[in-house]
Amino acid sequence: MPSGLFHENYSNDERIFQTLWVKCWLWAFILFLFFGFPFIVSDLNKILRFNILHTAILTGIFVIGAHGINILTGYTGQISLGHGAFMAVGAYTSAILMTKAGFPFILSLPCAGLLTAAVGMVFGIPSLRLRGLYLCIATLASQFIIEFIIRRWTGLTGGTQGMFVPYAAIGGFVFDNDRKFYYLVLVLAIATTAFTKNLFRTKPGRAFIAVRDRYFAAELIGVNLFKYRILSFGISSFLAGIAGALWAHYISLIIYEQFTIHLSIKYLAIVIIGGLGSVLGGIFGSIFYVGLEQLLEVMSKELSTSFPLLITYFVSIKEIMFGLIIILFLVFEPDGLAARWRTVKAYWKLWPFSY
Amino acid sequence: MGERFYHTLWWILLASFVAILAYLSILNPTKFVELSLYGLVLGSIYALVALGFALIYKSTSILNLAQGEFLMVGAYICLSLILQFQIHFVWAFLITLLFSIFLGLAVERLVLRPLIGEPIISVIMVTIALSSILKGMVIMFWGNDIRPFPKDIPFLAGKPFSVFGVSMAPIYIWSFGLAILFLLLFAIFFKLSRTGIAMRATASNQQVSQSMGISVKKVFAISWCVAAVVSSVGGIILGYISGVGITLSFFGLKVFPAVILGGLDSILGAIIGGVTIGLLENYSGGYLDHIIPAVKEVFPFVVLVIILFIKPYGLFGKEEIERV
Repeated sequence: MPSGLFHENYSNDERIFQTLWVKCWLWAFILFLFFGFPFIVSDLNKILRFNILHTAILTGIFVIGAHGINILTGYTGQISLGHGAFMAVGAYTSAILMTKAGFPFILSLPCAGLLTAAVGMVFGIPSLRLRGLYLCIATLASQFIIEFIIRRWTGLTGGTQGMFVPYAAIGGFVFDNDRKFYYLVLVLAIATTAFTKNLFRTKPGRAFIAVRDRYFAAELIGVNLFKYRILSFGISSFLAGIAGALWAHYISLIIYEQFTIHLSIKYLAIVIIGGLGSVLGGIFGSIFYVGLEQLLEVMSKELSTSFPLLITYFVSIKEIMFGLIIILFLVFEPDGLAARWRTVKAYWKLWPFSY
Repeated sequence: MGERFYHTLWWILLASFVAILAYLSILNPTKFVELSLYGLVLGSIYALVALGFALIYKSTSILNLAQGEFLMVGAYICLSLILQFQIHFVWAFLITLLFSIFLGLAVERLVLRPLIGEPIISVIMVTIALSSILKGMVIMFWGNDIRPFPKDIPFLAGKPFSVFGVSMAPIYIWSFGLAILFLLLFAIFFKLSRTGIAMRATASNQQVSQSMGISVKKVFAISWCVAAVVSSVGGIILGYISGVGITLSFFGLKVFPAVILGGLDSILGAIIGGVTIGLLENYSGGYLDHIIPAVKEVFPFVVLVIILFIKPYGLFGKEEIERV
């Protein structure tokens, strides 16, 4: 048994699971998510009057999207204010392909991702000549342009009426209730997390980080800035598209109003709360944010009988809370929840033989 | 594709655009004049708000995404002073300006000063968070619906004027005049007053101006005050024209194309950009609306993308030259 972490060669240093314990804990946690969580939760639902499974599904969808924006903003350093619209592209693509072109879900989901990636890359082209604030404004413009197209192309997207989305189905298996959909989202969220974690052990992933940290130096040592920025936009919006498609199939009614600038901001907030440039950050941020939002909603519903005014103030309280949380995190915990987790983990890494 | 390519592209685009406009003006002069006049009015309001925006960016390097909320808060305060406290419009206007000064001061001191030196994304997110808080407070105090200004305010309500054969309601003339007045005032302020010169000095080099005895903190605070004041003026005018509601905050985002066209860090550019975007928005509404309905809403952003691609630093923006 080692009493510390001693890397003796490079392959040792590059391992995802640094110790056996980490691996065991992770597998135990995944098994729990598959076989324990949905069953425990269904009993709890009745007692708490708070639909935990619904929250978990939303969290899973946000985890996928948050990994997307984390790759772009956290790892490549390109701030995007257009992820809400990219999610809309995914959602509408999958919905339109299934209803109008008769695609099966198993095909429409990757198609949604690919089309969103293409759209994201088109709007990433300005990154050829722009950096920082200017690029941020370019993505903001993409948000409004995409939103406008969806709102006005009534024949295809249903415009302001929105459109109904059929249930997701693979083969004959229809994901028509929360429990079934939970497993779909869980599998995809785990796959996305594994992908993101591994991405930064490959050449493109390392290039992303180089572009973020010292883009000029990166270019000098032969990293093609434009190529990797566009690639980052592509991967990032691919994940946003997948998240959007899942969202569409889960909610079953999509309207452009679900994908406004507010959603883009929410995504940025999630990765800031969780921790920019950290895979765990996307997960923590999603859990924290979605959990908080659902909790607020349930609380205001429960308390509305005794305090009827709460319903009228609910929207404003939510807005103010949202703003306050971001400001508090930026001032007191700029590295997000992931940084806090690291300190906790350092203790458990070598358990029980740490000193 | 070198700089030369983009330069040529820019001039071709500009020339073809002017040619199209000239053709349209010959085709139907009355319609063209009407669209131009209303576009000028809208553009002058854009210019006013863009001025505040560019000023903040220039002196503090902060992209203020809460500008639209400043605008909205100003409009709401002026409106409730008139409706609830029965104060005369002129006094309500002045009190609102006073309030905006305090709002700007408070925001700078409480939210942005702790973040000096933090990365761009933190500063952007903090202004977003600020906009969320301001919006939440406005909904809490005033609710969600659109409220019109009372229509019996002297001067503003009256018979329409005739300008170049186009009849315009007095509010448009007033708003144009007010916007021009404020722009002139600020031009004089920046050119002649001691504080204005200090602000320009800070904008051009913070360290040097600090060593010359200028209080950079004070300059930051004044920048936010000015931004809040000009937004409030814009908000009151817009609120009078189209009613006061949450949607006013959207106007703050539409100022982006204006400042990008002018160059983010140029005050003159912001004014010219504002007027141009106002005109463009109206022309697109007048001439393209039957092809793509409501294209007016998104046209500024399309222009924004094109400008960013061809001329990233706008008309008057400072190009960042990098040396290794």
